[in-house]
Amino acid sequence: MDTKLVKSIREAVQLSGLKSGMTVSFHHHLRNGDFVLNMVMEEIAALGLKDIFVNASSLFDVHTPMLQHIENHVVTGISADYISGGLGRPISQGILDKPVQFRTHGGRPSDISLGRTPIDVAFIAAPTADPMGNCSGKYGKSACGSLGYAFADAMYAKKVVVITDNLVEYPLQDFSISEDYVDFVVQVDAIGNPKGIVSGTTQITRDPVGLVMADLAAKVIDASGLLKDGFSFQTGAGGASLAAASFLKDIMLKKGIQGSFGLGGITGYLVDMLHAGCFRSLLDVQCFDLKAVESIRTDPRHQEISAMHYASPSSRSAAVDSLDVVILGATEIDTDFNVNVHTDSNGYIMGGSGGHSDTAAGAKLAMIIAPMFRARLPIVTDRVTCISTPGRDIDVLVTQGGIAVNPKNTELMQRLAAAGLPVVDIRELKEKAERITGKPSRLPKGDRAVAEVIYRDGTLLDTIYNVK
Amino acid sequence: MRRSMLFLPGNNPNMLINGNCLGSDAVIFDLEDAVSPAEKDAARILVRNTMRYMDFRGCEIIVRINSIDTPYWKRDLDAILPQQPGLILLPKTGTAKDVQEADAYITELEQKLGFAPNTVGLMPLIETALGVENAFAIATAADRVQALFLGAEDLTADLRCKRTKEGREIEYARTRLVMAARAAGVEVYDTPFTDVNDDEGIYKDASYAKALGFSGKASISPRHVGVINEVFSPSQADIDYSYEVMDAIAMAKAQGKGAIALRGKMIDAPIVARAEQTIAMAEALGLGRSEQ
Repeated sequence: MDTKLVKSIREAVQLSGLKSGMTVSFHHHLRNGDFVLNMVMEEIAALGLKDIFVNASSLFDVHTPMLQHIENHVVTGISADYISGGLGRPISQGILDKPVQFRTHGGRPSDISLGRTPIDVAFIAAPTADPMGNCSGKYGKSACGSLGYAFADAMYAKKVVVITDNLVEYPLQDFSISEDYVDFVVQVDAIGNPKGIVSGTTQITRDPVGLVMADLAAKVIDASGLLKDGFSFQTGAGGASLAAASFLKDIMLKKGIQGSFGLGGITGYLVDMLHAGCFRSLLDVQCFDLKAVESIRTDPRHQEISAMHYASPSSRSAAVDSLDVVILGATEIDTDFNVNVHTDSNGYIMGGSGGHSDTAAGAKLAMIIAPMFRARLPIVTDRVTCISTPGRDIDVLVTQGGIAVNPKNTELMQRLAAAGLPVVDIRELKEKAERITGKPSRLPKGDRAVAEVIYRDGTLLDTIYNVK
Repeated sequence: MRRSMLFLPGNNPNMLINGNCLGSDAVIFDLEDAVSPAEKDAARILVRNTMRYMDFRGCEIIVRINSIDTPYWKRDLDAILPQQPGLILLPKTGTAKDVQEADAYITELEQKLGFAPNTVGLMPLIETALGVENAFAIATAADRVQALFLGAEDLTADLRCKRTKEGREIEYARTRLVMAARAAGVEVYDTPFTDVNDDEGIYKDASYAKALGFSGKASISPRHVGVINEVFSPSQADIDYSYEVMDAIAMAKAQGKGAIALRGKMIDAPIVARAEQTIAMAEALGLGRSEQ
């Protein structure tokens, strides 16, 4: 065989042997700019296949054409680590007969590798590929950087189709996924819209309240006892999290601390920290902006890793297990420190764990940054609408109104108090917010399960019910 | 202690409810320039309710009411005074008579509310050429006056000159206000630095104000608060030196000496007074002497 090129996605689907009732998979590095999932599902529908299970690492608003396929019974089951509101809302209203299976970024490849969620055909969006299927996310007009989430799909699916809009001569150098996993290669005009794939730049917040929280977060890390040579760190791409990274950078430079690695979804801010000498390396499962893409392409210290290497609990070891500090968000957190990132306060699906519970479980210090209230609703509640990450894995909540430490972490509580930081009881934060907003009454839940939250070890953590 | 005073628009609920988290020693709820005439009533109610229901412990509340040549100022005071603000900031104060007029109405309200006299302080905002020239008379016009406040934006408009970052156009007003305030025995606060994104500029401007003798500085952006607090806090070197001064004085007394030198310089009454001020401020900020 001197080429695996086939003429079209339809031909690839046909040659893969996909039949009704089977499972297809997708990765989400093209994020809200992805064309591939929609193109593939359109061909699957056109071929008259039904009852397809979609295992996607994440689904975004760009994927709302899937609603049509659900209505037509082309798609009857979904597993994802994150689902944004465009699809989440109709799912919460009960559009699917079977509950969605939410996994984590570590749990998904773990379950794939253990055979719990077998994939019949994986479709891999590849910003650059050669005719034998060696592929990379670092090059091409649709470059997205790391292809970390696609590795498990490539390694364990029965058939693998690479779809690219930048076909290069064999052999592609510096490939991420190698040809030995790939069955077919399809060339298309465009695999995505670059504007939705990566941001031009990710910006730190200018919101004064966000900056106050970020400043407190950096001070918590400074006082935690973990900020020393060899320090490792992960933060999200949200404005306040990035601002915390920026303040942390200042502290690290001032104290001359060189960390070991920055982890996870990588932004330009972590790249800046690498360049400034705050870390020896970056371990990258997903790039969030152009600066991160440029860095992973050119800087050998910036290393692509698979989702298994990142966070799988069934790997021999994963990077999250060596993580010192992670900064995470929350739509709700309860007085037992359980965190919800799957639904809004009204119960509508608008997110998912991603790497939330993986990093919280692995990191020595798992920190939530959240304002005391959003849109007139308090963030701290008696009980979260959905448990995405169990409270046992969360160490501290940072809000503009004070810092609440999980009572299980007495050492941290003592360290923060000794540093003069405003430590308060989490119930006090709840009451403080409720004095301003009032205590919101809960919307009644439906009685139909619309999603199951599956913890990284494969056990059921919580069930999300329909919104009436 | 008011190192920093942060202006918050009286018609912005999100800023008001978070005002006590932004790090300033005082917040100024603004009912004047930040609020359009159509929103005056709503802002007044919002500010009143914020003061009534929010916990601002550790952060003094100042309210900028509308000036006494508007139809709003008495209604502002009617709503705000029962909540016992720390200070009322009185804009466009040009003469001692302006102060006395406001003072009379506040006194009347205090009596109605059963407050002790001068429970609520007054801080005239000097932002006209007339106000600058009358600064001492204004500062001494009523016992209620606790501080003067320089407002450079309106002042430069009145002076018909351009407001610059360097601030040479307000040099006279700054020194005149410091002199008048100190002569009257009240505090004096500097005008905000208006370029929100110029971190170096705010540092220079605040440092200069401190060097002239201002007690603190106002800000229109939470981003400036940290720098202003830093500039108007005593440095560790200042604190250590002040303790050394006090130690030397104690030693001189113990030895029955009338005068004593420290680091080759005679310690006199002004040096002791400054050391006492520095130590008092350091203690208020929870700062101590360096470990030996």
